[in-house]
Amino acid sequence: MTNSQAYKKPLPHPDEDTRDYWEGLRRGEIVLKRCNKCGYYIHYPAPVCRQCQSWDIGNAKVSGRGTVYSFIVTHHLVAPGFQDGGPYVVALVQLDEQADLRLPTNIVGCKPEDVRVGMRVAPVFEKVTDEVT
Amino acid sequence: MNRTPIEDKTAIAGIAWTKISRASGKSVMALAAEACLGAIEDAGLTVRDVDGFVEYQSNDSVGTMDVADVLGVPRINWYTDIRGGGNYGSGSVMLAAMAVASGACEVCVVYRALNGRSGHRFGRDAPTTQGRREQWMLPYGYMVPPQWLAMWCRTHMAKYGTTYEHLGAIAVTQRHNATLNPRAIFQRPMTMEDYLAARWINDPFRLFDCTAEVDGACAVVVTTAERARSLRHKPVYIKGFAYGTQGRPSWEHWDDMSEMYARYIGQQLWQRTGLTAKDVDVAEIYDCFTYSLLGQLEGYGFCKTGEGGPFCASGAISLTGQIPTNTHGGLLSEGYIHGMNHNCEAVSQLRGDAGPRQVKGARVAMVTGGAGPHGGALIYHTK
Repeated sequence: MTNSQAYKKPLPHPDEDTRDYWEGLRRGEIVLKRCNKCGYYIHYPAPVCRQCQSWDIGNAKVSGRGTVYSFIVTHHLVAPGFQDGGPYVVALVQLDEQADLRLPTNIVGCKPEDVRVGMRVAPVFEKVTDEVT
Repeated sequence: MNRTPIEDKTAIAGIAWTKISRASGKSVMALAAEACLGAIEDAGLTVRDVDGFVEYQSNDSVGTMDVADVLGVPRINWYTDIRGGGNYGSGSVMLAAMAVASGACEVCVVYRALNGRSGHRFGRDAPTTQGRREQWMLPYGYMVPPQWLAMWCRTHMAKYGTTYEHLGAIAVTQRHNATLNPRAIFQRPMTMEDYLAARWINDPFRLFDCTAEVDGACAVVVTTAERARSLRHKPVYIKGFAYGTQGRPSWEHWDDMSEMYARYIGQQLWQRTGLTAKDVDVAEIYDCFTYSLLGQLEGYGFCKTGEGGPFCASGAISLTGQIPTNTHGGLLSEGYIHGMNHNCEAVSQLRGDAGPRQVKGARVAMVTGGAGPHGGALIYHTK
């Protein structure tokens, strides 16, 4: 029996451009798309480089460490799977590798009232089902 | 960039609203038909004169050809159905003007109709993580615009010290305007205490930082300048417009969320029209949220970047201030007709029909659509 029945939050639907990222998380790695020609990290993943328009795109591991660029505390609970748990933080984390690399995420291990713009953060990997981390 | 080639070649000849309510008791088609027929009749025309349509929606409305069928429009020369957001509050009229000026059609009806409160609620489509952005957002409970604009607002507060009370000043000022507007969904004034005591939605936004979802419809009739001069009202000319952005047009990856698309589109707008912010008598600015207004006021040059908070708190945006803004109460207090209502109020002001909300001697009005990473604006004026 998997625990996927217990997990109520939306699961990602990986596609051809995003599959490598979600599979990377299962290994405890943060894998982003990176242009092999100019080195630009492409996020959200895309098949072409927005900086040099090359189609020669590969994967690159990043540390996942970064800074809280901004955050909100959601009190109005309408998002599916988030309606029972009380107010929660959504942050845009700016990764150290590039200024426009931002990941929407929740902040765990910290009270909502202690989150600050500019706070340093590191990734936490949460296996929520057998298939998804 | 040069002046727009179609400057003053088109005009608004008719406007209409349905009642704005929380439960219309009517189909969306009935609302659309009422607004469209109302605008056609306001122009002194009949359905037999109409040959173009534009509508925009978020999967919550009726299409142009269905409306044309219901109204009995005998022939159509141009039509466009847009699945899109509030940026089309200005974009839809821009497209109609471009179609009319090109000769594709001569009398174009633009409408937005929705049962936004009693029916299909914005953002409540069965969310799927199959979308390009959605798969990155929904797993973390990040889903709807009140969250996105709150996220952007936080950066302005962190960078410039903008306060909750600055946002509250926008909400309170616009609510006051709504009390002078019999159409508005809110009829009673609000104090700063009321604003601060309201429940949190997404900190930094409270309830009254957010637009009021409503049932209703608005429509305008766009035609050639020459045709408009032969009709019932003094024409409200479309002087020019700008629409787009500069920077990554991405809600999550925009370079500086303390600024908005207006930082670029403002420059384009003033070049296209030969005007500056100082020439605008009344500004109907897309206000899905209080911060949406603040960011656009700065970007369009009504105040300095970073000073939007104190500017809004100073009385500058009131009916008697330096730039009367959202004179109808805006989306925040008249109701969320997705920005179409801003066009109707702008025209009403320039016709001199705004009653107790009338900005004396108003000759130049601005309407914006959208907030955040992309959007646009129109300039209307009378001669």
